Amino acid sequence: MDFMVFQYPMITVQACLDGILLGILFALIAYGMALQWGVMNIINIAQGDLVILGGYIAYFMYLYGIHPAWGVIVSPIIMYFVGVGIYKLVINKVVDRDLFISILATFGISILFMQLMNFAFGADVVLANSGYGTTFLFDSAVVLPNSKIFSAFVSIVFAIGLVIYMKKSKLGRAIRATAQNARAAKILGVDTEKVYAATFGLNAALCGVAGALISITFTIHPYMGLPYTIRSFMIVIVAGLGNLPGVAMSGMGLGVFEEFADYILGTEFRIGSVFLLLVLILVYRRFKLSRKREYLK
Amino acid sequence: MNRNIILYAAILIFGLAAPFIFPAFKVQLSILCVLIVLATTWNIQGGEMGYNTFGNILFYGLGMYLCASVQVGMFFPLAEWTESGGEKTFVHTPAQFFQGMAVGLVVAAVVPTIVAGLIGYAILGLRGHYFAICTLGLGVAAGEISGGIEIIGAGQGFTTPPFPNVGGLEARGEFFYFLSFGALVLTFIAVRAIYSTRFRLILNAIRDNEDKAEAMGIETMKYKIIGWMVSAFFCGLAGGIMGGLVGYIDSTDVAFDGREMGVFMVLMAILGGKGTLWGPVIGATVFHIFKEGFWTFFLGWQYVALGVLIVVIVIYFPEGIMGWLREKYPERFGEVVDEADRKAQVELK
Repeated sequence: MDFMVFQYPMITVQACLDGILLGILFALIAYGMALQWGVMNIINIAQGDLVILGGYIAYFMYLYGIHPAWGVIVSPIIMYFVGVGIYKLVINKVVDRDLFISILATFGISILFMQLMNFAFGADVVLANSGYGTTFLFDSAVVLPNSKIFSAFVSIVFAIGLVIYMKKSKLGRAIRATAQNARAAKILGVDTEKVYAATFGLNAALCGVAGALISITFTIHPYMGLPYTIRSFMIVIVAGLGNLPGVAMSGMGLGVFEEFADYILGTEFRIGSVFLLLVLILVYRRFKLSRKREYLK
Repeated sequence: MNRNIILYAAILIFGLAAPFIFPAFKVQLSILCVLIVLATTWNIQGGEMGYNTFGNILFYGLGMYLCASVQVGMFFPLAEWTESGGEKTFVHTPAQFFQGMAVGLVVAAVVPTIVAGLIGYAILGLRGHYFAICTLGLGVAAGEISGGIEIIGAGQGFTTPPFPNVGGLEARGEFFYFLSFGALVLTFIAVRAIYSTRFRLILNAIRDNEDKAEAMGIETMKYKIIGWMVSAFFCGLAGGIMGGLVGYIDSTDVAFDGREMGVFMVLMAILGGKGTLWGPVIGATVFHIFKEGFWTFFLGWQYVALGVLIVVIVIYFPEGIMGWLREKYPERFGEVVDEADRKAQVELK
């Protein structure tokens, strides 16, 4: 434990910039989580594993000599079909059941994916080298890899694209209608089954984008999925469902928090502090609501 | 009632004789006892109270670390022990080992109970999936944090004191079997006693409609915390025994193993039938047999099989074995069935 943060102010700047760039990525994953939670009322524990799977797609393109940045295009297309496949096989059977059932079922999917990825890709920590170089700011006191800036930019483009798509397109309107009232949407001729499948596919595609970006900027490993699930869950509960600016803000906040935790507590407590923060946020909200004799639901 | 006594006596005799009937399976039988304890105590929350927790693993892991730490720390400096890793620089005499184990188990049971009582008020105010995810986070956080603490071995793990050289391998197996079987009997008696009082009705009322239960004047929070403390007591005990049995504690792979043990206890209770006394026992037994089969014949694919098993059980078999039996033979469960009424209901569906 050291307090470099207070002795060298530039580290604070570094941590903030790193955290914001990282947080934008988190917000993209959380957006997918909010989408399926709002529309289908499902909390997908396998979210993080979808992210990692998307990352491996980009990594494999890198291994075969294609620039991993193209993974941003390829990985969501593949992941869309993976998502629809998961929906058809498992999720459509739990969609109108108790929430705990869906949590447990997606937990099972998560374990399955984790292990299949472990078999297919090995248990090594890998990263796809983008060769983008680095940017130096403030007399080289702050070092930013260009890949991080690239990934934040791409996430913003995808997020804005999706928001416009949800507003304007027919499917987007159908998804929003289903989220508001599935039964009324059904009466008005929306094929909710298809909408659910498309929602899950879209979420998986978003995870694919995020995963490809993570494989470029950070590292991926078959067992690293669960922290991403927890982060996106945390971002969604802090922001609230359907609050997109809030998702972006709380994503960045979480990113900055993590960077500072990393500097102050040390890297070995990084994941632990994320999970502990989740517990603290939930407990805080529980006490805040209980003053009005309400509870989280 | 008479039949029940015979049944219990038969099970008790079988349990006492089991290590001598199947001498090759002593370790497996001990693990089975621990699994039954975990499933039965999970059922207090998940089945009776309707609070689906992934966090009971916290108490299990806590008990495991506490028991081993006390057992070592009573006689030797703990930091040097963990630093030396597998090297046997300090050796427990038999007396030291058993004394340490006894004190360690008491600490392992009592401290998690206190922890459950302290955090219970904060955590149990959450409901539904928020509670589930919060407890999941709690378990993982405990694993990650304990993996960074030097004195209990950090990343390299903690070797529990080896069994002293009295009677060799046979004695070790028997000692741990009877220890875990004792814990099982204790748990079963305690849970059965609890279920035969008003306490169970209150827990069921909380499950069915907590707001109404509160409106009827039940202090739901008090009972929720007590229920969690009971679970924590036995989970800690089971963890302490399991630590000695496995002989090696790792923060994320053995103690706070949310991916394995944390899911197992949920799965066993659901497989056997939530909210019944015997369900978790049956579920744990069936699950353990299946698991050992998978682990032996599909080595390497066991987690894939586990993932598929979770999905299949949850989707196609959410009522569990007891639920299925109850549907099939309702008379055995003391339910009076009107055939015509039942048929009408089935047709309505």
